[in-house]
Amino acid sequence: MPTASTPSKPLELVCPAGNLPSLKTAVDHGADSVYIGFRDDTNARHFPGLNFDAKTAVQGVRYAHAKGRRVFVALNTFPQPSGWERWRRAVDQAADLRVDAVIAADISVLDYAHRRHPDLPLHLSVQGSATNYEAIRFYHEHFGIRRVVLPRVLSLPQVHHVLENSPVDLEVFGFGGLCIMVEGRCLLSSYVTGESPNMCGVCSPAKAVRWEETPRGLETRLGGLLIDRHAPGEPAGYPTLCKGRFTVADQTYYAIEEPTSLNTLALLPELQDMGIAAIKIEGRQRSPAYVTQVTKVWRAAIDACRRNPAAYAPKPEWLRELGKVSEGHQTTLGAYHRTWQ
Amino acid sequence: MTIEPRMPKLALGPVLYYWPKEKLLDFYEQIAASPVDIVYLGETICAKRRALNTEEWLALAERLSAAGKEVVLSTMALLEAESELKALHRLCENGRFTVEANDMGAVRLLSARGASFVSGTGINVYNDRTLRFLAGLGAKRWVMPVELSAETLAVMQAERPAEVETEVFVYGRLPLAYSARCFTARHHDLPKDDCRFRCLDYPEGLTVSTREGQAFLALNGIQTQSAQTCNLLLELEELRELKVDVLRVSPQAEGTEVVIEAFAACLRGDRDPLEAARTLNAALPYGACDGYWQGQAGLRQVEEV
Repeated sequence: MPTASTPSKPLELVCPAGNLPSLKTAVDHGADSVYIGFRDDTNARHFPGLNFDAKTAVQGVRYAHAKGRRVFVALNTFPQPSGWERWRRAVDQAADLRVDAVIAADISVLDYAHRRHPDLPLHLSVQGSATNYEAIRFYHEHFGIRRVVLPRVLSLPQVHHVLENSPVDLEVFGFGGLCIMVEGRCLLSSYVTGESPNMCGVCSPAKAVRWEETPRGLETRLGGLLIDRHAPGEPAGYPTLCKGRFTVADQTYYAIEEPTSLNTLALLPELQDMGIAAIKIEGRQRSPAYVTQVTKVWRAAIDACRRNPAAYAPKPEWLRELGKVSEGHQTTLGAYHRTWQ
Repeated sequence: MTIEPRMPKLALGPVLYYWPKEKLLDFYEQIAASPVDIVYLGETICAKRRALNTEEWLALAERLSAAGKEVVLSTMALLEAESELKALHRLCENGRFTVEANDMGAVRLLSARGASFVSGTGINVYNDRTLRFLAGLGAKRWVMPVELSAETLAVMQAERPAEVETEVFVYGRLPLAYSARCFTARHHDLPKDDCRFRCLDYPEGLTVSTREGQAFLALNGIQTQSAQTCNLLLELEELRELKVDVLRVSPQAEGTEVVIEAFAACLRGDRDPLEAARTLNAALPYGACDGYWQGQAGLRQVEEV
C-alpha cells in the first residue's frame, strides 16, 4: 500500500498492443493503459498482420474498460493531402470508440481532433518531436494536449528541466527498441527504401529486406544496401538501417547505433521522484509473449519503487527476463545517461 | 494565351557544416557577389559550434543585406538545453530580419510576437491543412520536407493559401536525421561533451559506406545527411510549372558559387539544363540523386543525366 511519503500520482504503465491477444495480456498483467493503432498507415507501426480493425478495436476497448484500464489510439503519422480522409475517419473512429486519448503528431490531425471532438483527450506523439518546453507549450496552446511523449534523445537532467516548465504531463520511454534519431525527424528509411515512419508508418520495411547466406556469412540487405554481415554463429538481428555495421574512414563499426534496447529500470526512482506521469513500453510489433514478459516485470518494478523508492533496485531476475526479449540481448540507458550521447 | 510562370528566386540555405570563421566569412563574401536572392544564415546543427557569435551573425546579415540579399536567420533544428532556448529567443526577437523556424518552439515564439516567419526544413508540413494552420500563425513561406514528391507538391500547390510562398530544396546533401548523439565525436571515440570540435576536420561531413564500399550517408555532428547530392536542375521546368517561388541550394565546401551560377543561368535560359547538370554531377564525389522528387527512394537517380 502507498504510504504518506509516496508521491500522489503513481507512475502509469503504458503498454503496447499490436493485436487483441497482446491487449488482453497487457491488461491482465498490470498495464494501466494500452496503446493501439488501426490497420492502416495512420499509425507508425503499419506492419502486415498487425493492429486493430473496427471489430477488434471495440472488443479491445471493452476489455480494457471493463477492468478499469485505459486505451490510447496512436494516429501518429503525417497525412499527405491525398490520404486526409483516412486520418479524419480514424480520428472520428477513435472518438466513437470512446478511447481515453488519441496520440497524434501532425498539426492537421491535432487541429481536426481538437475542433471536432473537444472532449477527446490528445497526447502529443513522440513523432511530434517536442524536445523542449516551448514546443510543448505550442501544442498545448493550440490543441489543448494533455500529455506529451518525449523523444528518446534527452538526458535525465534535460527531462527534468522540460518537466519543470511544461504545462502538461510527460510520458517517457522506459523500455524497448531505441530510436537513436529524433522521432518524426528521421528520413533514413525513405532515403533507402522510399518509405518512412512519417509518410508510411514504417521504418526499414520488411518488404525491402533480404537475408542471404553467402560464403562471407549471412548478409542482411535493405533496399539492396548491405546493412550487416554476420559470421557463422553470430546472432543476426533485423536490418534496421541505423543499426547496421558500416565503414567510416576505414573503420567498420556500428557507425550510428548498436543493435540494443532501451531499458530504464534502474532510473525508476528518479523518474518517479521528478514527477513523470507515465512510462511507455515500446513494441506494438512484438508478440503477445513479449508484452506479457515486459508488462509483468515493469508492473512489479513500478510497484516496488512506489512502496519504497529508497530501497529500490532492479532485481536480477527482472533484468534477466528483459534481457531475453531485448534487441541484440543488450540494453542501454540511452540518452537519459549523458555519456551515451 | 499562356502566361509565362514567374521566375523562381534562388536561395542559399544555411551552412550546415562547421567551418572556421575565416572560411565562413570568405564564403559569404563570394555569396554577396553571387546571383542568389535570399540567404539563410546561422548555426542550425550544434550549439557548440561558435565560428561566429550572435553579433557577428547579425553583422554578416547586415553586410549581405547591404549587398541586396534578402536575409533570413535560421534557428537550430534540435533544441534541448535552456541556453539553446535563450539563444532562440534572441534570434526570434532580433526585430530586423525574418526568421526561419526549424522547431515548433521557434514557431511559438515567432507567432506570439506576430512576426511572419519561414517554416523551415525542420518543420513537418506534409499536407495543405497543416500549411494553412501555420499560415494563420504567420508563416509567409514554407520549405517542403525533402522526402515529399513532385506529385504531392502539386496537390499542395493547388491548395496553398495565396500569400504563402513555396520553397524547394533543389541542390545539396539532403538533411535526413537529427540525434542527441554526435556521430562525429562517436567516430573519434570522444564524448559529446568533450568533442574537441572534430567537425572542423570535415567540411562536408564524414562519409558512411556499406561494407561493399557503397557510400550513402554523411555524418555531420548530430545530423545525418545523404552522401549523394540532390540535384533538381533538370526539373526546373516542372518546378516553374508548379509555381515554386524559391529554389534552395544548400552550401557545400567547394563549388557552391558554381552551382548557383548554373541554376541562375538555366533560369535565365542562358544555359542548357542537361549540359549544366552533367557538368555539376561530374564533380560530385558520390553522384547525384532525385528519387524523392520522383516519389521513390531518396538515393535513386531516376532522371537520366
